[in-house]
Amino acid sequence: MSILVDKNTKVLCQGITGATGAFHTRQAVEYGTQMVAGVTPGKGGQSFDGLPIFDTVKQAVEATGANASVIYVPPPFAADAIMEAASAGVELIVAITEGIPVLDMVKVKRYLQGLNVRLVGPNCPGVITPGACKIGIMPGHIHRIGHVGVVSRSGTLTYEAVGQLTAMGIGQSTCVGIGGDPVNGTNFIDVLRLFNEDEDTHAVVMIGEIGGNAEEEAAAWIAENMKKPVASFIAGMTAPPGKRMGHAGAIISGGKGTATDKIAALRAANVEVAATPAEMAEAMVRAAKAAGITLS
Amino acid sequence: MNIHEYQSKEIFRKYGVKVPAGLPAFTVDEAVAAAQKLGGDLWVVKAQIHAGGRGKAGGVKLARSLDEVRAHADAILGMQLVTHQTGPAGQKVRRLYVETGVPIAKEFYLGVVLDRVTSRVTFMASTEGGVEIEKVAAETPEKILKVSVDPAVGLLDFQTRELGFALGLTSKQVRGFGEFMHGLYRVYVGTDCSLAEINPLVLTKDGGIIALDAKLNFDSNALYRQPSVMEFRDLDEEDISEREARDADLSYIKLDGAMGCMVNGAGLAMSTMDIIKHYGAEPANFLDVGGGADEERVAKAFEIITRDPSVKGIFVNIFGGIMKCDVIAAGVLAAVQKVGLKVPLVVRLEGTNVEEGKRMLDSSDLAIISADSMADGAKKIIAAIR
Repeated sequence: MSILVDKNTKVLCQGITGATGAFHTRQAVEYGTQMVAGVTPGKGGQSFDGLPIFDTVKQAVEATGANASVIYVPPPFAADAIMEAASAGVELIVAITEGIPVLDMVKVKRYLQGLNVRLVGPNCPGVITPGACKIGIMPGHIHRIGHVGVVSRSGTLTYEAVGQLTAMGIGQSTCVGIGGDPVNGTNFIDVLRLFNEDEDTHAVVMIGEIGGNAEEEAAAWIAENMKKPVASFIAGMTAPPGKRMGHAGAIISGGKGTATDKIAALRAANVEVAATPAEMAEAMVRAAKAAGITLS
Repeated sequence: MNIHEYQSKEIFRKYGVKVPAGLPAFTVDEAVAAAQKLGGDLWVVKAQIHAGGRGKAGGVKLARSLDEVRAHADAILGMQLVTHQTGPAGQKVRRLYVETGVPIAKEFYLGVVLDRVTSRVTFMASTEGGVEIEKVAAETPEKILKVSVDPAVGLLDFQTRELGFALGLTSKQVRGFGEFMHGLYRVYVGTDCSLAEINPLVLTKDGGIIALDAKLNFDSNALYRQPSVMEFRDLDEEDISEREARDADLSYIKLDGAMGCMVNGAGLAMSTMDIIKHYGAEPANFLDVGGGADEERVAKAFEIITRDPSVKGIFVNIFGGIMKCDVIAAGVLAAVQKVGLKVPLVVRLEGTNVEEGKRMLDSSDLAIISADSMADGAKKIIAAIR
């Protein structure tokens, strides 16, 4: 068990012939992901490393039974690509693309309403169930099969957390990067809910950052519903207000969205918050110990 | 991206949003000529800098004669304006805006932002115009009225009426207010704003609705399709290193500390600043080289950090995913060769091609201190500068 993706997930890649799409499709295949098709409009009928390429997602789904799509399409065309995948009936869309205009994502979010599809991202590292399926740009080799779920707004900080867990001999059930944009398809609570119901996930690391109030809402949800121990880290303790810290979503505006507020909310929900980013795995171990759970 | 008030108002005019008549001026004489051209007997001389809070800081003055226009323009132009948004150093005033004075009956606040909870464009309005909206939000949140726009149908007339009547406008004024809101929504969507704020929005003595101030911020992800907005970019308002970084596609923000940081990924970059602070030093910058950086971009990033005179040590913290450690190593080596290395440098590499990256750094004869982890690196660089 795991969440979102497993060894049966059949993945198609939108933007497979671009440099990024090509590189990461090869990496995914090497990891053991069931890549089944690529989509590049105008290149239908060609192939990529033996994978068939289609002009449209609809054709790719009909021909291969793909149930997930990963998107490496450049920002100006990415919103359209997401909606195309949703319309073609894939169940999971992982949008890696960074830099999609916010108002495009507002439209995408509206378009997805009522459709039976989950969007992860955009501007995210993707989703990985170690040993089974890797969709996205994370380095596969740092992961290890196990029982800690990881959910994060940041890419490299997720690798940092995973690297720390693996170094301590603690494996992961599934790692989900929800992305650093202000409008995204899947939020912390969506993933926490899935982890809560997943038998294979025994504990969760949640990595947040400044901006918005997604962490505060997640904290409230955890206090009410979470049956498993949660450890957390919030990036941006030292970020000055009014400055966008790389991610479009990571900005303290009008005194809202500070790390201090988020940490206080998480602590109030009995979440073990790491004092530094170097101690994320240690915080997880402490939280698990307090709950009487062994992780490795 | 930010632009000046007078540029925002230029956009407003283009989209049919009512603003007072006004002209920009770059010299005192131009300011007087602008007032003459505008006519009337009441003007406002306004400092044009990107920060808010100009009025309170003395950057906005009322003038009742051309002599007063001259006196105010002379005082404001070139002054170092310090507001709650500029930081203690303030910002030098290089541009003025001279505007026709408007007889005010009532002031409101009207803002448009993205509501991250609903993922929709949302109007916020309040009868508490002219004051800081953050203060209203904190102290009397019930006074902020909201309208959420469905992107499938856009702003609807009834929504403008609901907001207008709730603000206490008469039915005739509500019509003007509705037109104003529709115009503002067109501005927001048409130019890819991330914030459109009017504080104050004014009900004039003859019952009109007009934007006395105008603040627009733009979604930097969308600037590629907004060439007319890009033309408003004012390089004088940008930190020179931040500007250079942006042109090189780097995400860099200058901070007040002494510890330079070069990191890949925004989250890890923020965390690196945090851990430096945790171990007792202050970060000199936020710098995310991004995922797809090549050797040249890494070298540029390194150059920008080393040029900062307040930097006493540099911590390179990389967890390679897309970013390969050997590319980082090559970039660092290239930059050091070009600009030299006058301060201690700690490099922590992890992830894709880590062995190759480490080998490249180890085999150079540079005094690079290598670190095994983020905490190890932070401790080592802080020890090195003490």
